[in-house]
Amino acid sequence: MTPILEIQHLVKKYGALVAVNDVSFSIGPGTCFGLLGPNGAGKTTTLEVIENILPPTSGEILYHGQSRTDKFKTEVGIQFQHTSLLAMLTVWETLQVFKGLYENTEDLDVLVEQCQLREFKHQRHENLSGGQRQRFLLALALVNRPRLLFLDEPSTGLDPQARHNLWHIVNAVKTSGKTIVLTTHYMEEAQHLCDEVAIMDRGRIIARGAPEELIRTHCQGVTVVLPRTSFQEPPATLPFRVQEVNASVHIETSNIDGCLKQLLARKVDLSDMSVHSPNLEHVFLNLTGRHLRD
Amino acid sequence: MSFKRIWIMFKARNWEFFRDRASFGWNFLFPFLLVAGFGILFGGREYNAYKIGVFPESRNPLPVAALALPEAFKETRFLQFVGFTTQEEALEKLRHHKVDIVVRAGSPPYRYWISDSSPKGQLAEKIFQASLSGTLETALLHKEQIHSNEIRYIDWLFPGILAMNMMFSALWGVGYIVVRYRKNGALRRLKATPLTAFEYLTAQMLSRLFLLMFTLLVVWFGCDLIFHFNVSGSLGNIFVLFFLGSLSLTSLGLVLAARGVSEEFTTGLLNFISWPMMFLSEVWFSLEGAPGWVKQTAQLFPLTHLLKGIRKIMNDGAGLLDVIPEITVLLMMTGVFLALGAYLFSWDR
Repeated sequence: MTPILEIQHLVKKYGALVAVNDVSFSIGPGTCFGLLGPNGAGKTTTLEVIENILPPTSGEILYHGQSRTDKFKTEVGIQFQHTSLLAMLTVWETLQVFKGLYENTEDLDVLVEQCQLREFKHQRHENLSGGQRQRFLLALALVNRPRLLFLDEPSTGLDPQARHNLWHIVNAVKTSGKTIVLTTHYMEEAQHLCDEVAIMDRGRIIARGAPEELIRTHCQGVTVVLPRTSFQEPPATLPFRVQEVNASVHIETSNIDGCLKQLLARKVDLSDMSVHSPNLEHVFLNLTGRHLRD
Repeated sequence: MSFKRIWIMFKARNWEFFRDRASFGWNFLFPFLLVAGFGILFGGREYNAYKIGVFPESRNPLPVAALALPEAFKETRFLQFVGFTTQEEALEKLRHHKVDIVVRAGSPPYRYWISDSSPKGQLAEKIFQASLSGTLETALLHKEQIHSNEIRYIDWLFPGILAMNMMFSALWGVGYIVVRYRKNGALRRLKATPLTAFEYLTAQMLSRLFLLMFTLLVVWFGCDLIFHFNVSGSLGNIFVLFFLGSLSLTSLGLVLAARGVSEEFTTGLLNFISWPMMFLSEVWFSLEGAPGWVKQTAQLFPLTHLLKGIRKIMNDGAGLLDVIPEITVLLMMTGVFLALGAYLFSWDR
């Protein structure tokens, strides 16, 4: 099947700074693709070049196997990470304005229901809370019935409840068959929503695949976490993969019994021990030695 | 180009303007307060030096000491001498109250002209006569009187204040707003839609034209109820000129808004353009007698041509054909500004 989007050797430079460095990937139709990485990794720049908001320094972006034309704008929906809208308008009026800019559009009542905006539709959009605003921005991105939806850090700054609420809506959009490209630095978000992720660091893609596949490839078993103060001797002497992260010690092992025996033998205080299943955060940690939110 | 998209952006900008009550109210209140203030303060009078038109005289700057006029007259304080090459040119200025008296330089008898409707002209005549005291005045003077309509200062000032308000509203309402939208990312959001820069700029311009003309009508008729302005020409023609002036000033606003994300810089730029335009376009006072380079600089501003045309119609009863030069210049300026604004426009830089 022809990918809906193909990115080939994309480079974006700002003077001497290389924000995106030779990035290539493709996305199949109906996929939810996540660009995961810490702040400053180049996710937003990559996304904005693909969206045609920023020009690339070099590289090629193909939509349905061809260069993007004016039609591209009519078939994509975009939710920016930071954006402002025309002032003094209500939610409903702003939706009307955006509807007026496209030919093939969604019924606004349907959109308002889908994004849970009915209660606020006559409020000025400046007065919406964080979660309401993100749902509103998502509604604006969906107003033209896009085939391809770009979401740039859609849940950043939201409380857990608002975040889960947004995920629920994005999942519903995904179920309708739309292709979604999202950026995030929340591994739970990527794991929850994405069929495929590309992990970015310093402008490059350092790993790519389905979340479970990446975890299987780059993490072994479970991670035992203990405070550094629990150890009487250096933890690096343990016969496991050990990383010191801030004031904690992370021990990766597929043999939890053997690990516990080793710890007890070294008289390690286990009272503050916790055991974690690996996730994308650990994948990033294993690949870069840093946390996603460092 | 999509008229539907232009219309929706036009409506959105108008909603924004009408809902921003502070800004909306100020647009009406500011010119009204200015006109009312000047009406009360001056009541149709003005406190400027007496302007003496002298011909034939083409030297610039005018060497007053060398003029062939009575010495006592040249040495009188509070007189400003303005040279004209021909008698026709000098009398034209007298007719428009740009000078208070016209005197032909040379040997006695001195020939002079005053306007029958100019109180300052009558006083300037007395000053001139007094400067010849002790000589045979009747032998030295030859008086002639011309007819012109009475123009109160408020009648002269009113179109200036309206045009100035129009200029501020056009430059700030377009220039500043577009830069603010660029800075906060609203333009970027629109860039992601099929809306083109041309459609966006057209909608901004049409919206501002509509708001300017609406404000103009309300302020004009509101002030006229109180001050009963003397309008010699057609009101319709005045509004045609105001419309063309709005077009030109709004286009200039689009040029200033074409680039930049700094509101502070844009504020500086807008001040840099608007303040000289306000002082050199004869909003408050006539530039008669000002150095040549000042008058030439004033020609660069659309406000100069707008006001010149409107005053010709309002104060002198001119028709549209009489203001063809002003209309042509305004249309040409609009074309240049629009082309430049569209060429330079950026959604995000």
